[in-house]
Amino acid sequence: MNAEITLHVDGAARSLTVDTRTTLLDALRERLANTSPKKGCDHGQCGACTILLDGRRVLACLALAVAHDGAHITTADGLQHDGVLHAVAQAFIDHDALQCGYCTPGQICSAVGMLDELAAGRPSAATPAGAEPLLDDDEIAERMSGNLCRCGAYMNIVPAVRQAAEATR
Amino acid sequence: MSAAKPDSGVLLERHAIGRDLARRDGRAKVTGTARYAVEAAVERPLFVHPIQATIALGTVAELDTSAADELEGVVVVLTPATAERLASTDDAELAILQTDEVAFRGQIIGAVIARTSEVARDAADLVRVRYAEREHDVEFSADRDDLYKPEKVNAGFEADTVEGDVDAAMGAAAATVDETYTTAMVHNNPLEPHASTALWDDKTLTLWDSTQGVHSARSVLAEVFGLAEEQLRVICPYVGGGFGSKGTPHANVVLAVLCARAVPGEPVRLALTRQQMFALAGYRTPTIQRVQLAADPDSRLLAIAHDVVELTSKIKEYAEQTAVATRGMYAAPNRRTTHRLAALDLPVPSWMRAPGECPGMFAPEVALDELAEKLGIDPIELRIRNEPEVDPESGKPFSSRNLVACLRDGAARFGWGERNAPPGSRREGDWLLGTGVAASIYPTYRMSASTARIRFEGGRYGVQIGAADLGTGTWTTLAQIAADALAVHVDHVNLQIGDTRLPYASVAGGSSGMTTWGSAVVEAASAFRNAFGDEPADGDEAQGDVGRASEDYKMSAYGAQFAEARVNIDTGEVRVPRLLGVFACGQIINPRTARSQFIGGMTMGLSMALHESSVVDPRFGHVVTHDLADYHVAANADVGEIEAHWVEEHDPHVNAMGSKGIGEIGIVGTAAAISNAVYDATGVRVRSLPITLDKLLAGLPAQ
Repeated sequence: MNAEITLHVDGAARSLTVDTRTTLLDALRERLANTSPKKGCDHGQCGACTILLDGRRVLACLALAVAHDGAHITTADGLQHDGVLHAVAQAFIDHDALQCGYCTPGQICSAVGMLDELAAGRPSAATPAGAEPLLDDDEIAERMSGNLCRCGAYMNIVPAVRQAAEATR
Repeated sequence: MSAAKPDSGVLLERHAIGRDLARRDGRAKVTGTARYAVEAAVERPLFVHPIQATIALGTVAELDTSAADELEGVVVVLTPATAERLASTDDAELAILQTDEVAFRGQIIGAVIARTSEVARDAADLVRVRYAEREHDVEFSADRDDLYKPEKVNAGFEADTVEGDVDAAMGAAAATVDETYTTAMVHNNPLEPHASTALWDDKTLTLWDSTQGVHSARSVLAEVFGLAEEQLRVICPYVGGGFGSKGTPHANVVLAVLCARAVPGEPVRLALTRQQMFALAGYRTPTIQRVQLAADPDSRLLAIAHDVVELTSKIKEYAEQTAVATRGMYAAPNRRTTHRLAALDLPVPSWMRAPGECPGMFAPEVALDELAEKLGIDPIELRIRNEPEVDPESGKPFSSRNLVACLRDGAARFGWGERNAPPGSRREGDWLLGTGVAASIYPTYRMSASTARIRFEGGRYGVQIGAADLGTGTWTTLAQIAADALAVHVDHVNLQIGDTRLPYASVAGGSSGMTTWGSAVVEAASAFRNAFGDEPADGDEAQGDVGRASEDYKMSAYGAQFAEARVNIDTGEVRVPRLLGVFACGQIINPRTARSQFIGGMTMGLSMALHESSVVDPRFGHVVTHDLADYHVAANADVGEIEAHWVEEHDPHVNAMGSKGIGEIGIVGTAAAISNAVYDATGVRVRSLPITLDKLLAGLPAQ
């Protein structure tokens, strides 16, 4: 069964026909040719498909497109403004927080969403009970652990995220 | 191609080489606009979903595709009955859809080509298969009576070597170790699944493939399909990680081409699912390694023996060279290495980051730690005392060998000298603390063929070679080499890689890329400057081939890895808050990308030490842990602090850059260092990877 939906992707309204089984990830990649979110596992286990859905980080492989008609989606590509990279993306380059690059757009969307969650005071498993979460390396590592990097760039991802957060605070 | 010349032995003057430059492909990667194989820009692609065998051994008795055929959106269902006959079936892993035989669970027995990915997957599920099943054999053990000696092991080494009399030396030694160590079956699991986009236009094939070598992939496919190489173009500007698993085409690539040829003029996309990768994309064999060490009262090794049992598939032999590193690592008069294989009804094992060295340095480097304790000597001092003056195997001098410098520098940086408490005695709260060390080695390989072309146009030097960047940094580092070879600023170099239309490049494997491609670029630059000087005109062009490596020296990179482990006294949970590696790898081309290579290898080594295990279910013959939830690869919070350093090393013999490959050495020795640190923390010697809490709990000190 097919359905007509509209997605607002990186600022542009896109109308498209999807199979009702189509995930948001496949809608972006296979229907709209947006290569920014990546498919690493299709099961919500690797984080490569992370996008910002109405401002929150979401695994696009676990969302059905038909359930998100009218949604506003930002991919890592849409985080740049007038050709200037987002602070997180720039920090990834500065810290060489990537190698093969396949997990990278998901890492960056995840970091952007995560910093908002942290700023809103939402605790993680690394937050001491009852305390306000702080922007420290343990919090960043914990909150970024849904995004696997097989090249092993975690040692560079943590300082990249910290640099970006400190620069934009 | 002309016969390869030896190197001049003169090192390039360094300007761009050694500079800390950001990745040239960084912007495309952080925005996600770098296009990987399955993302190639083609019109109206079709989607392929493989159908896999659900038995481990037998034949397909009936394959009913009628329901799938009738599904709207299905274009073709390929089966052994409908697929084309391949020109070559010599490689049984690649000879898919040619017979009804099933040789391992998960083997490709069909495929659906459909208008959308959803329909392709749905239709694949609708295909009904009836099997005539036979009893399979997938149980790996050193006690099997059918173990055999391969003719050669991977990379062409002898299966066995013997010198002197190990048994006699064991009997007459001051201290000995004789233990068995095991490493788990592990899967490469690059984040980008194995994927292709393929288009057959009735005469030529265009294949966007995620591969570590466009030219080597083309050669393999040309043979399998009986095509002239000119009929195939393979394109791969970016690879989403390979770690060896994309070093040679697996069955998925053959399937992509079979499908493309079944629908001429229409492009097809095939990306394996993560689960499919556990049967189809290669893996590292589990190993069972017996190590014997004997030392005299001065802690000098009298004997080293390393006897390895590992597995291969019944349909295609792959013999990991697990004991080969032991042959040249330390000096000892009595030495033996052997490799024996169990051939099973399992998928075909293959290369994974540092095949041979990675699993093969785990056992001996833990055994040395055990020997050091018996001798009452520091494990670093034990290694230094057994440092060979020449290569113990060949008798050749080393082009450079700075293992001792790495050990000493690492010890100072890590604070090794503070290590003075007996194992199991350092405690902070609920955590036991320990430190460990191990050595690393990786050979400096050079492939025999690669060609680079340099063409001057519009004020810039176009450097063309069909090389690969797996995240290794080639886009950036090869341009740095070209800049110094041409004596121009790196900004004046345009690099083109990843396309068989460019001059031939060897596969990115064996950490050989920079040595091989870099040497070709240096030769091309030399030819270019000889022909056109330093003020060339538009259109001036020259090319050069990689030269021959000197055979007068043994060439390897070395390293020392240090680990700190914390083990929870109640649960046995292991944390590694700190890893520190010091490497001796000649000239570092780009410190930024090099550091990423080292820490990336160490991170994968940590993952191997603590997490990774592909568990085969003997009843069904498949890997049960076949996704990224059950097969845990180290996540961000699993990793503490990782430092990578390198010592200055001048080596004019390796190549004109003075560089050694660095992509693999970082994973060699990490697991041993961690195992040794866990022992120091707990007093429990875990000789079997991964080091999980069940292996520690019984031996932890009482509260």
